[in-house]
Amino acid sequence: MNPILELQNLSHLYSAGTPFEHVALQDVNLKIERGEFLGLIGHTGSGKSTLIQHLNGLLQPTSGRVLFDGEDIWKDKKFTRQVRFRVGLVFQYPEAQLFEETAYRDIAFGPKNMGLGEDEIHERVLRAAGFVGISQAELERSPFDLSGGQKRRVAIAGVIAMQPDVLILDEPTAGLDPAGRESILQNIRDYQAAQNATVIMVSHSMEEVAANVSRLIVMNGGHVAMTGTPQEVFRHAQELERIGLDVPELTRVFLELRRRGLDVPTAVFTPQQAAQVILQLRQGGARHA
Amino acid sequence: MLKDVTLGQFFPGNTVIHRLDPRTKLIWTVLYIVALFLAKGAAGYGMMLIVLLAVIAASRIRLSVILKSLKPLLLVIILTAVLNLFYTSGETLVSFWIFRITREGIRSAIFMVLRISMLVTGTFMLTYTTSPIALTDALENLFGPLKKLHVPVHELAMMMCIALRFIPTLIEETDKIIAAQKARGADFESGNLLARAKAMVPILVPLFISAFRRADELATAMECRCYHGGEGRTRLHQLRYARRDVLALGLGTVVLAAAIVLRNYGL
Repeated sequence: MNPILELQNLSHLYSAGTPFEHVALQDVNLKIERGEFLGLIGHTGSGKSTLIQHLNGLLQPTSGRVLFDGEDIWKDKKFTRQVRFRVGLVFQYPEAQLFEETAYRDIAFGPKNMGLGEDEIHERVLRAAGFVGISQAELERSPFDLSGGQKRRVAIAGVIAMQPDVLILDEPTAGLDPAGRESILQNIRDYQAAQNATVIMVSHSMEEVAANVSRLIVMNGGHVAMTGTPQEVFRHAQELERIGLDVPELTRVFLELRRRGLDVPTAVFTPQQAAQVILQLRQGGARHA
Repeated sequence: MLKDVTLGQFFPGNTVIHRLDPRTKLIWTVLYIVALFLAKGAAGYGMMLIVLLAVIAASRIRLSVILKSLKPLLLVIILTAVLNLFYTSGETLVSFWIFRITREGIRSAIFMVLRISMLVTGTFMLTYTTSPIALTDALENLFGPLKKLHVPVHELAMMMCIALRFIPTLIEETDKIIAAQKARGADFESGNLLARAKAMVPILVPLFISAFRRADELATAMECRCYHGGEGRTRLHQLRYARRDVLALGLGTVVLAAAIVLRNYGL
């Protein structure tokens, strides 16, 4: 089976031929498999946003190809539009795109553009609202009267309602409180499980990606600098620091413990894991070497 | 994308033209426009063309950039040329059906095209080499005397400055909203005029909301820093005329005088 998305020698130049020309992506090769939960990290300006806009055909590569299920997404206009529905992209601060009179109608915008029937649209809107925890009463309200967190949910539901095979989110939790962050992440996991979808999440929080994703892609200067499971990637703490990134705080603690001679694993990202490791240490009676 | 638009854009640089006081450049532009409209014959237009080319060369702005900025005006330029070509009376050279091309028609068509493109290019040279902020400073300074007549010069300049400052921000915002709606399958390219106008709603509503929100935040931020208008306000960058400004203004006056002389001789 073909990977759901594949990038071949993808390069992108902004403002080509003007004094403001600059290279955003250079020779990126990437395979994204079905059902993956992919984390995309990299400091500001490393090409993350440019990369994800290529995945649903919003940006056209300067050179190279983007394949959806083995087919070039730019092979014809109709297919490019189809891909936009099958690869759902939630931008950063997506609440800035809300425009309809009610939350319901805003969520229905995508499905309506797909040309679906009235009943199908209704069903999808309710289902999408269910995923993100928007109540029936809230659906009938103006999206502008909702709280910040609820607005974000409505906007995400607007993309989920298209039931894309691939869901891409650019910092979905930016600017939310801790409870709001966790619940949005839960919504995303729920959608992935229910739909068997591929999820790609851009994030600046190492804790967040460590706890959620199955594979990490590290971007630097328009290149893919590293890829692997969080365990594999966070082992390279120094290299990450060099390109302006970090490892989760807990991992850093365990890396330091190990440096000081304590025999602990370093693939520790969550407080639960940390607690378990420490308990084991105490039972096992590990001592300083 | 929208951000590729170069109309009235500033290209930072460090040439003589860039370093001139913005007031000098503003006055120069006015002198240039007056002189350009005084030009009547080949000698007059020739002189203005040389002046313009010299300024372009000195500013090191690439010719391709200038030609690109003239593109949106192509229609106006062609229309002017055609109208002048056929509707000027005089000695007939060629005639067919109801059309008549005269010697004077050709002459005035050429001159009008030259005048429009030189007018636009000349004023673009001002915005290409002067940052919007410097330009509003210059305007505020030059119109300063009007304060005596209770014209709110500072407030107007501040408003203009803010408007200019937010153009790139709003363009960026528009790009983002367009991309987000496209990602939800919005289609701006097909359908008739009404359908296309309707398709703008998902862009305009979020854009207006964000513009108002920004305005509100900016007002609060200004108030937090005790902004209360122009009274007693000092500046970070004081405008000062240098020797090159005196020279430039002298040169501008000479060009204008030459244009008047040439006109009187009908050249």
